[in-house]
Amino acid sequence: MPAKTSRARAVAAVWPDAIHRALKSHGVRQVSYVPDAGHKRLIELCHADKGMKVVPLTTEEEGIGLAAGAWLGGERAALLMQSSGVGNCVNALTLATNCAFPLLVLVTMRGEWGEFNPWQIPMGQAASDALRLMGVRTMRLERAEEAGATVAAAAKLAFEGYGAVAVLISQAMIGVKSFGDKP
Amino acid sequence: MRSAELDRRKVVRALLERRGALLVVAGLGSPAWDCTAAGDHPLTFPLWGVMGSACMIGLGLALAQPKRRVLVVTGDGEMLMGLGSLATIGVQRPANLAVVVLDNERYGETGMQKTHTGYGVDLAALARACGFAETHMVRKSAEIVAMRSGVYGGRGPHFYQVKVKPETLPLALPPRDGMYLKHRFREALLGKVGAQ
Repeated sequence: MPAKTSRARAVAAVWPDAIHRALKSHGVRQVSYVPDAGHKRLIELCHADKGMKVVPLTTEEEGIGLAAGAWLGGERAALLMQSSGVGNCVNALTLATNCAFPLLVLVTMRGEWGEFNPWQIPMGQAASDALRLMGVRTMRLERAEEAGATVAAAAKLAFEGYGAVAVLISQAMIGVKSFGDKP
Repeated sequence: MRSAELDRRKVVRALLERRGALLVVAGLGSPAWDCTAAGDHPLTFPLWGVMGSACMIGLGLALAQPKRRVLVVTGDGEMLMGLGSLATIGVQRPANLAVVVLDNERYGETGMQKTHTGYGVDLAALARACGFAETHMVRKSAEIVAMRSGVYGGRGPHFYQVKVKPETLPLALPPRDGMYLKHRFREALLGKVGAQ
């Protein structure tokens, strides 16, 4: 890859801020998550935001129920997870698709771009198809500078189109995790 | 184990009569039938699937509507599938949420197989360990009045594990069109304009 310009580096550092702004501007009031390193900054931004109720989950499927309950009560929710969590959600997604609850899921990908951990690969590779099989519309986010616009478009599709939408955030964009510097 | 005396339909009727502004989520199977037997209501959201999700729907609703009381009525099997949600609720500690588990120690819809509570798992103790403000094991009809006042008032979250008789009762089925159930709930709670 060509060396990043300083502007590209700056965009890479603040894409979670753009997502946070997109969630704010679309009225998201409840944010639930199972953490991922790729969501670290966004989670911190949400915790620091007095206008957001932030709900750490024990497993990702809890967030599907939470989002449905939020919508029943008149609030919008977003759910943050890593791709390994998609599999945990499969049956719970029935709630979103059967009742046409708006659902906005932001998935940071593992197991697709230079993954070093083979245990991440099966679910990472299957995440997009698993979501589609359950009736969730998927969008890809590949470039940091498109983070705000993509999440805003997904939020519109979810909350105004009454749909279940997942944005899959590319592992190449987030940066590849590794333990140490093995050759 | 002590044999249970309480009749689940009587317990639920006592909780839902004169329900005022109460918002209800009913877990799949018998608890949903029990709530329907007490009177189908637009502000009850009965589940026909997504086992293990009832408490989380109640949490989302309680956070969105902090001025309304929210009651989750579910079964022991459904609660066991979503035990993590007790920990998640324990972190949020919504004061307006109550969870009532109708515990017949059986999977009632699938042939009355024993659940983990039938082998001694104590759900109320789990809820206490997760940080619920009040947790009770309810075995006698004399305790229902106190449970009802905990559901309608007081600083929650409250958790009640109610030991009920393992009986198969006549079906009382709520509507099962999920979009209809969602719309009627939102319209009753938020009004015609707010529900759009």
